Amino acid sequence: MTDSKPAFTSIPAVNVRGVSRVFSARKGAGVTALEDVSLTVAPGEFVSLIGPSGCGKSTLLRLIADLDAPTSGSIEVFGKPARQARIDQDYGIAFQQAGLLPWRTVAGNIELPLELHGLGKAARRRRAAELIALVGLSDFARHYPDQLSGGMQQRVAIARSLAESPSLLLMDEPFGALDEMTRERMQNELVRICAETQAAVVFVTHSIPEAVFLSNRVVVMSPRPGRIRSIVDVSLGDMAGRGEDLREDEGFFRALSQVRDLLHGDEASGAGTRPAGARGVETR
Amino acid sequence: MTRQTEPTQQTATPTRGVAGPRRRAILHPRLRGGLFGLAGLALLALVWELYKTLGPADGVILGGITVLPRTTDLAMPHLAVMAVRLFEPVTGAASALPLWQAVLAGALFTLGIAAVGWLVGVTVGLALALLMQRFRLAESAILPWIILSQTVPLIAIAPLVRRWGAQIQFGEFTWESWMSVALIASYLAFFPVSIGALRGLSSPDANHVDLMHCYAVGWWKTLWRLRLPASVGYLLPALRLAAVSAVVGSVVAEVSIGLRGGIGRLIVEYAGAAGGDPGKPWAPIFGSILVGLVAAGFVGLIGLFLRRFRRGEISL
Repeated sequence: MTDSKPAFTSIPAVNVRGVSRVFSARKGAGVTALEDVSLTVAPGEFVSLIGPSGCGKSTLLRLIADLDAPTSGSIEVFGKPARQARIDQDYGIAFQQAGLLPWRTVAGNIELPLELHGLGKAARRRRAAELIALVGLSDFARHYPDQLSGGMQQRVAIARSLAESPSLLLMDEPFGALDEMTRERMQNELVRICAETQAAVVFVTHSIPEAVFLSNRVVVMSPRPGRIRSIVDVSLGDMAGRGEDLREDEGFFRALSQVRDLLHGDEASGAGTRPAGARGVETR
Repeated sequence: MTRQTEPTQQTATPTRGVAGPRRRAILHPRLRGGLFGLAGLALLALVWELYKTLGPADGVILGGITVLPRTTDLAMPHLAVMAVRLFEPVTGAASALPLWQAVLAGALFTLGIAAVGWLVGVTVGLALALLMQRFRLAESAILPWIILSQTVPLIAIAPLVRRWGAQIQFGEFTWESWMSVALIASYLAFFPVSIGALRGLSSPDANHVDLMHCYAVGWWKTLWRLRLPASVGYLLPALRLAAVSAVVGSVVAEVSIGLRGGIGRLIVEYAGAAGGDPGKPWAPIFGSILVGLVAAGFVGLIGLFLRRFRRGEISL
């Protein structure tokens, strides 16, 4: 369950130690969403959390974001308690729903965190323009969210999460609501953006190819209670070298079937005999 | 029938304008709504005149109960009589103003009082909504009383308000009757605002609230950047309802308090003339409708300025 990578000399971006989260019920014992989860994310590392519904992957992300508090265990972000890290704005966050404010333009939405934290108008404009260019929406800066497609909205949300140049990005199924083609394009863009920003990413998904394509490591979780089953080292090279052709790579398929076997391990022991890289694998 | 279709037409047009299913409308949806409103009015006039010509003089009586009114000139004057009467002097006295002028003056007087009542009511309603949004406990403590407050009949509180008001006096300030009327108007106006604003302030998605939490901003900033803008879609209909309620409250309170100068007083005064001058009582009724329209129109104007916050408005 511990970090398989050689320990970095610097402080880990995320350090989760023995965390459990029990949602108390009005009657009975309550629901154990997470049980004794430990995980370390190195600076600049891309880690995906994958698992079936109810495995607590979103809960874990919310705990790291300090949107929820663990029942036991501790969470540190860049060596600080999660709460302090949130107050210091050490991370950017994106959810499954883009969550843009409908009364603000694309630029206005991206400027929101900057505005809330008191950055001057000119600096805000400049930063927003940069980010809009980064996500390729320069022609849409003055558009309102209802004039954008789902993929474009999600790009704005990603740009917003990058607004304050965080060293950690938390993403909760950000492409979950997009169609397959848009989704792959967005994944390519995210890889590019991550290479440019050097941010560590914790990425929740339930798509195996997505997790494998994007990540340095894939954390496979199992449900009831939510636990880390295994961590798969994808080692497909650094972000800058990842391109569309990686999807055809041998290593990609190997990691793909490895993650799939781990996910299906509890129900079918023969899962490992499935042909690796078959078309139509679980994509969502 | 027509009495009912006409107002619903008018209230329904703004929402229909936003989410109109028919894209190929020839006319601008707002304009179309206006035309339908006018058509409804014309239909009402037509029904009035038709029934007056065709209906029996003693009205329609079923089993001893009058179901439809009498059609005599006294009970149902021609629309033309009402219109012509507007341009004749109020009384036979030489110095008397034309009726429309007297009614207009009364309407302005009532509009002023209603505006004060509306402002007070909106302020109180918003404050209560903010309090209830901020503290869960306040919501469970106050909300039932807010709803209960509207079950008290106006007629019952009007004399109370006047009596209490008469005892207020400090320094230069003395409580005047018009203030009692405004207070009663605000008593009606605050209700829709507090309920609408509470719904609006609680309307942001959990997603948005989480985001604000991630940004580590406090309640006030969340209120200003998220909750208030999100509440506009709920607030505007509430403000319009409050405006109309303030007008109704002012008119009724003028009558029960006995304040002179407003449209409420004119309604009572001119009703006495119905026997010999059937057109006259209708003038202040039209006047009060005018006040209501102006009040609702004013809120519509506010809505125009807040259009940006009503983007993607799905339903109210």
